[in-house]
Amino acid sequence: MLEAILGKKIGMTRIFSEEGEEIPVTVVLAGPCFVVQKKSKDKEGYDAVQLGFLEKKAGKVNKPLKAHFKKAGLPCFYHLKEFRGEGLDEYKPGQKLVCSEIFKDGDFVDVSGRSKGKGFTGVMKRWGFAGGPGSHGSMHNRAPGSIGGSSDPSKVFKGMKMAGHKGNGMTTIQNLRVVGVSPEDNILLLKGAVPGPVNGVVEIRKALKKRQ
Amino acid sequence: MGVIEDIERKYINTDIPDFRPGDTVRVNVKIKEGERERTQAFEGVVIRKRGAGIKATFTVRKVSYGVGVERIFPLHSPVIDSIKVVNRGAVRRARLYYLRGLKGKAARIKPKDIRR
Repeated sequence: MLEAILGKKIGMTRIFSEEGEEIPVTVVLAGPCFVVQKKSKDKEGYDAVQLGFLEKKAGKVNKPLKAHFKKAGLPCFYHLKEFRGEGLDEYKPGQKLVCSEIFKDGDFVDVSGRSKGKGFTGVMKRWGFAGGPGSHGSMHNRAPGSIGGSSDPSKVFKGMKMAGHKGNGMTTIQNLRVVGVSPEDNILLLKGAVPGPVNGVVEIRKALKKRQ
Repeated sequence: MGVIEDIERKYINTDIPDFRPGDTVRVNVKIKEGERERTQAFEGVVIRKRGAGIKATFTVRKVSYGVGVERIFPLHSPVIDSIKVVNRGAVRRARLYYLRGLKGKAARIKPKDIRR
């Protein structure tokens, strides 16, 4: 059984629980996804299903990809993503997957997506360094400080936290609780934030570490 | 968009009286004690209303035994049983933070003359 689906982040809001608790939620359009291809141990060397998400006009798709979709008897999609797993025999190319069959209220999920790019940032923003004093003649305001010894070790250790590009990378948030599923419009409500901008594509999987 | 508004609509309470900063309100808050549920009133001056839709909140300030107490309520929270407007006040600003620095007689708000 496949325990994952592709979704599109729609935005955040809040809802109230019956006890009156305020819950910050991310609204995600999760699915419907379609099985475009099935990969098997015999042929490709591993078991997986390839899912397509968000329909795209056929005129915008190149020929090889168009044929790939045609083989499954499906329209074209913006996003293709493979999911490995066990017991995927029940899936056939062309099959439709909806979020309400996979997730229910109270489930925990892991959500992966490409985080918002922050550009070239300093160490305070990128690594949470404390920085130096802001005033009293200090000129060490947002500087990184020492990056290691001098003659010993005579080098900067690999992985030293320095300024550089932040964001725009694959990020996973674990153990988000599903607080709402609406089967009519394929909407999932997840407690908390998910990576990426609004309209960004995210991958929603059953939580690896936390089961209900 | 639209989807988010649809979700919020389910939680929006349409049964809220019209009140503004400067008004004195009594907020009946539901309190759960084990199995029992009762309501407790919190009465004071609205010093701020902010936000729109489901994100709207308001702040009520009262002076309890000489100590100023402020409570921020989400406007559409199900914890709120009812809101009753006790008095309409005439104020000239939207955020009445200046009340925090005032005591006793000075902290009073003139009642609004409805006729005018």
